Amino acid sequence: MLGPFLETLIGGLLTGVLYSLVALGFVLIFKASGVFNFAQGAMVLFAALTIARLAGAIDNKEVFLGQFVAAAAVLGVALALVGWYVWREYMARGGGGDERRKVLLLSLLGAVAGGAAAYAYGKGAWPMWLAIAATAAIMGLLAYAIERLVLRHLVNQEGIILFMATLGIAYFLDGFGQTLWGSDIYKINLGLPKDPIFLFEGVFPGGLLVDPGDLVAAVIAAVLVIVLALFFQKTRIGRALRAVADDHAAAQSVGIPLNMIWLVVWTVSGLVALAAGLIWGAKLGVQFSISLIALKALPVLILGGFTSVPGAIVGGLIIGAGEKLSEVFLAPILVKQFDLAGGGIENWFAYMLALVFLLFRPQGLFGERIIERV
Amino acid sequence: MRLMKAALLGAAVAAAGLTVASGAQAQNEQFIPGLIYRTGAYAPNGIPFANGVADYYALVNERDGGINGVKILYEECDTGYATDRGVECYERLKGKGPTGAAYVNPLSTGITFALTEKAPVDKIPVISMGYGRSESRDGSVFQWNFPLLGTYWSAADIIMQHIALKEGGFEKLKGKKVVLVYHDSPYGKEPIALLEQRAKMHGFEFTPMPVTHPGVEQKATWLQIRQNRPDYVLLWGWGIMNSTSIKEAAAVGFPRDKMFGVWWSGAEPDVRPAEGGAKGYHAAMLQHGAGQFGVHADLKKFLYDKGKGVAKYDETGEVLYNRGLVNAMLGVESIRTAQKKFGNKPLTGEQVRWGIENLDLSAARLKELGFEGMLQPLKVSCQDHEGTRAGRVQQWDGAKWVVVSDWYQSDDKVLKPMVDAAAKKYAEEKKLPVRDCSKES
Repeated sequence: MLGPFLETLIGGLLTGVLYSLVALGFVLIFKASGVFNFAQGAMVLFAALTIARLAGAIDNKEVFLGQFVAAAAVLGVALALVGWYVWREYMARGGGGDERRKVLLLSLLGAVAGGAAAYAYGKGAWPMWLAIAATAAIMGLLAYAIERLVLRHLVNQEGIILFMATLGIAYFLDGFGQTLWGSDIYKINLGLPKDPIFLFEGVFPGGLLVDPGDLVAAVIAAVLVIVLALFFQKTRIGRALRAVADDHAAAQSVGIPLNMIWLVVWTVSGLVALAAGLIWGAKLGVQFSISLIALKALPVLILGGFTSVPGAIVGGLIIGAGEKLSEVFLAPILVKQFDLAGGGIENWFAYMLALVFLLFRPQGLFGERIIERV
Repeated sequence: MRLMKAALLGAAVAAAGLTVASGAQAQNEQFIPGLIYRTGAYAPNGIPFANGVADYYALVNERDGGINGVKILYEECDTGYATDRGVECYERLKGKGPTGAAYVNPLSTGITFALTEKAPVDKIPVISMGYGRSESRDGSVFQWNFPLLGTYWSAADIIMQHIALKEGGFEKLKGKKVVLVYHDSPYGKEPIALLEQRAKMHGFEFTPMPVTHPGVEQKATWLQIRQNRPDYVLLWGWGIMNSTSIKEAAAVGFPRDKMFGVWWSGAEPDVRPAEGGAKGYHAAMLQHGAGQFGVHADLKKFLYDKGKGVAKYDETGEVLYNRGLVNAMLGVESIRTAQKKFGNKPLTGEQVRWGIENLDLSAARLKELGFEGMLQPLKVSCQDHEGTRAGRVQQWDGAKWVVVSDWYQSDDKVLKPMVDAAAKKYAEEKKLPVRDCSKES
């Protein structure tokens, strides 16, 4: 009995790390702007689709040259802007009067250079690193567009209005991504190992099965989580983000630009979506269902609290392990004892587990305690 | 900014205007609605099917100038495999064309369940080829339903016959363990009744294991399978659930050649994403498999050489594309049959229903239509809305599907009593009149 239990527990914990990764995207945006970003799942799908289609074509269903050129142009803009920013910081010069014109000119040059390179390269698959870089740039552009076209016009609106706006973004991205890149199942090949590993074969009959692909994915996710935690705690911009999260008005009064912060936050959560899309895409194949993985992050958020990075991690582990153990060990007992109709329980059980935790800690496991003085 | 808002508003108004402006159609057209899905979680399987259907109707129009001179007017509506959207599509399209919808193919067991109650009211037949309610083959109760070519009970029975043959007879199944991994929906639950019946008859242990929509998380299910060590796993999945199941089977080391999918779990999009892991996997065939046949030559000549095909020509031999062709052909031939009685003009759903019920495709006719090698002859009747119960088994060799069995017929000694009981129960529950088929012409 112990063998199967441990095996299920390990499998659940590894899946849980992947849930954490998706949950983290939600936490970042909520922490910095108080917006529950319903579009996180759609962003994961969009990023995964972009990488998969740029990096390779399954069964000769090639992507149009125009899409490659556009992706390369966006990458060119991003490189030019990042280069310019670094150079300016390095020279420690303040902005001049014609700053805007300079940025526009540089962007244009970057776009032309990137687009021309892609055109010269012609139709075909890009190496994985280039596809990831271009997708990162596209996620940055997407963040800019969302900030410029949606969020900026909704400053000072109720949280629920912002939430509804992200609902709209979610549907738009789901549809637009599939219109642009297609809705077949596409492959992302990260070269994850496939042959199962068996641990402690001497102790348990048949050993404990561990999926090496899940293991590698969990390690990548864990590294990302640590990098993000460091980014929030140690960098200047990370501190600014936390300041905005604590109090918008106070942060603005000390000169932290709110628009800039939102742009950064959406970009970072776009990059988290990219990482999640990369890992889930390699595991399942890239396809519409990836966007539904985001729903798996909801019980994690309920459990871990909407504002806590460690909460997202621990919450993910508890939900992952909890749902797998309940499905394997609890469901058969429930069906047998109460003569139920059957059916999978892991989906709703995750929510129930989260709600039970809420009974004892209404702010979530690591959420900020709400103190209101009357 | 104000300019941008004005532009956006203008675009929206223009789009609305365009939608309203369409209308006015020719009178000598037969309208056929297409409830398909090219988006959503099940799109990879929905797209090739939809392409096959669209291409076949276009071929009939291009090559023959329609069905006996009556052009086919075909309109797609994307259901996303969701029952609510499917019903919405049906409501929107049922009255189109000069005589309304000829018939409807819901392409989802959930939508079929929903339309089963609406169709008799609207007098539009429901063709659920290879899916839908298994008991709906009883035309005396389900006057408007046609689960042509095979129901899920037939599919499950054919798979069990194949397994029994490999084991050396049904009596050798005693004490064996068979697990059904199924999509937790009306579709996935359909074969359970038949498999329970077979388990009782032959003494094997049967365990159904549900997978919740869309089926991307199956770790728990497959860890249970690893621990229980069943002899066979049957797969009743759809879309990404299929490839995920095969990947998980590989991950827990369950032998793929002991896995048998239903015919909706046996197409290229189900195995290709699992790459090497899918080698050896079996699936039942809804008669036809992959490959190009007589009809494909016509498709090339009349559509693809003229740049009018919806798919790419090398995709036209895929399993689900071929199924789309078969589905559309059965519909067209039903209309042709009905025309013999009612005349060469656009027909109503009620008239087409008569055509489906009297559909009789001989081997010679199938050859003429270019479907030789894909289908066996079928004959629909008032009593039997399935038409035929034959099927084969195919295996994925890592690059293509290979037919590995001879033809099986599902065993009506087992199925018929179950169909009769279930249909009778349905008629009583819904207080439906039961037709006397011996009096039907």
